[in-house]
Amino acid sequence: MAAKYLKKENLVSWLQTLAKERLTLVPRREGDAVVFRPFAPGQDIPLDQQATTPPKAAVFPQCEPLLAFKYAKDPENPGKVGVQVKEKLGDTPSVVVGCRPCDARGFLTFDRVYDSDRASDLNYLTRRRNTLFATLACDEPASTCFCNWVGSGPADAEGSDILMVPVEGGFVLEPVTEAGEKLMEQAPLEDAGDKAALAEAVKENAAKALGEAPDLSQAREKLLSLFDNMDFWEGVSAKCISCGACTYLCPTCYCFNITDEQSGAEGVRLRTWDNCMSYLFTMEASGHNPRPTKAHRLKNRVGHKFSYYPDIHDGHIACCGCGRCIKSCPSSVDIRQIVLQAIAASAASE
Amino acid sequence: MELLDQLKEKIKERLPELDVVIGWEQGFDPLHATPLFMRTEEDVDRLVFSPLCVHNLASHLTGLKGKKVGIVVKGCDSRSVVELLQEKLLVREDVTVFGLPCTGVVSLKKIKHALGGLDKVASAEFNGNELKVSAAGAARVLPLNEIAADKCGRCQYHNALLSDVFVGAPVEAAAEDNYADVEAFQAKSPQEQAAYWRDAMQRCLRCYACRNACPMCVCRDHCVAQSREPHWMTQQDTVQEKWFFQMIHALHLAGRCTECGECERACPVGIPLLLLKRKINKEIKELFDYQAGTKIDATPPLLSFKVEEENINERGW
Repeated sequence: MAAKYLKKENLVSWLQTLAKERLTLVPRREGDAVVFRPFAPGQDIPLDQQATTPPKAAVFPQCEPLLAFKYAKDPENPGKVGVQVKEKLGDTPSVVVGCRPCDARGFLTFDRVYDSDRASDLNYLTRRRNTLFATLACDEPASTCFCNWVGSGPADAEGSDILMVPVEGGFVLEPVTEAGEKLMEQAPLEDAGDKAALAEAVKENAAKALGEAPDLSQAREKLLSLFDNMDFWEGVSAKCISCGACTYLCPTCYCFNITDEQSGAEGVRLRTWDNCMSYLFTMEASGHNPRPTKAHRLKNRVGHKFSYYPDIHDGHIACCGCGRCIKSCPSSVDIRQIVLQAIAASAASE
Repeated sequence: MELLDQLKEKIKERLPELDVVIGWEQGFDPLHATPLFMRTEEDVDRLVFSPLCVHNLASHLTGLKGKKVGIVVKGCDSRSVVELLQEKLLVREDVTVFGLPCTGVVSLKKIKHALGGLDKVASAEFNGNELKVSAAGAARVLPLNEIAADKCGRCQYHNALLSDVFVGAPVEAAAEDNYADVEAFQAKSPQEQAAYWRDAMQRCLRCYACRNACPMCVCRDHCVAQSREPHWMTQQDTVQEKWFFQMIHALHLAGRCTECGECERACPVGIPLLLLKRKINKEIKELFDYQAGTKIDATPPLLSFKVEEENINERGW
């Protein structure tokens, strides 16, 4: 299928069609935030800027029950207590419409971890395979955007099923995967015609507006060489308040916690987001904590994304450059600056 | 000499005897300031002070225990330092306070509403009582009183209440605070109030930015919200659990909260958390005629005991 044109006024009718078959998640304004929520007719769909939260929860919920368990006495032998376990899998077919290329691309970082030769996370994979992305390309970068630093761009279709390029009056839809093509068949589309050229111009201008990206190829080694330099990490983490806003707003942060929440004889085993900014994240049963200060923890966040992860995943940086950790940080900690400082600092110390 | 130059000079004078001085510098875009930790004279040269200096730097103090720390404070921030001293959570000799007069800081949320977003701000400049800002190719002039933080409109303490070095001319004005916002909210029906919080708490991420940005939240790494021992809260992301945490937070701050609003400012999804604390403070004011962090030698009401309270009719039922 070639690129097609969707008039802005036809977006809602397409979403209505999609919502009949799939859980259709779109941006919605709630208070001062824009978050992804199930499409509801008559609601405003703010597409003019990046949502406050990424659509991470569509595939990796903030909290998900992995299983329910129940202890029960064996009626034949009351001295014996058995446990019944019921596993849960989220397999609702879903589609996210209106996320940005960085948002959709974030899941590629997940995939390398949860869908590998070493481990295959069924709960993650079931949702992942049931979730499609109709991604809106960016026409103008925000001051916090740096997707071009990490090998991407404002019209990057990797990780998406459809790329929607905003043009005057509507969107030019480009199918990326077969599943995306099928979704497009349900849309009231027109031939793209001369809009296709307009879409190319939008992509080009957006890429140009992002400017030149610095060379991060040194980051991997340089961050490692700074591992024991706690003066450096204390310096760059001084203003960090060690909350989890950066990680929970991050489309690539995939860490979780598992807790059993039991009441009486029954309970659920939950998987919830966890974050390496938290003191308890690395707290060991012995009482020892290998990352006792926020400097240790921020070192891990930056190091993991720009050094340790690329080291074991063919050089892929575990950051999609969406900039949410910068713009939503209560202290405006800027991860770009830390990476650049690390490159410069270790260059100076050599 | 300009206030900022005076401040820099005073900080440089005291710097040799201090491990670090906390102030603000320009952040990642023209509208964002960011905390600055000054250890050298060159660091001090990066110091800024303007209505963009929204952060209450006192939140960093308890994390720097054992160090000689200098801190730049606005009137509201100074209340947090006073309260921390009252509660003996800081050692007076370890803290050097650089006090400032303040005519108000901005609410970035209000600027965001005015501009339709903060993503594309190219320049921002204060001119008297106006902010000239250009964003996404358009220039706007925003009057400061329209974009000031709500707390500034009811500010009674423009000047640092505690300072070792005070720089600048004290601001004379002081507003009244009659808790009109709390009254207005309480005029809604209980159902409406519950619905409002259910909606707001729905989007809470349990990131604990509210907690960690709070200067008075000093349990930090041992917070009951995440602790498994005691196991008071589950890790479920239900409104009930999130609300439970906010209630614990608010009640722990009863008579201690200085209303700096950092909880609300820090929230990445814009939950109006200060309203909860203001409700409790309103009760504290009525019951004990007490405002946290305003008198250094006062004992916070919930840390003291009186056989007969003036405003509590104990045996009058």
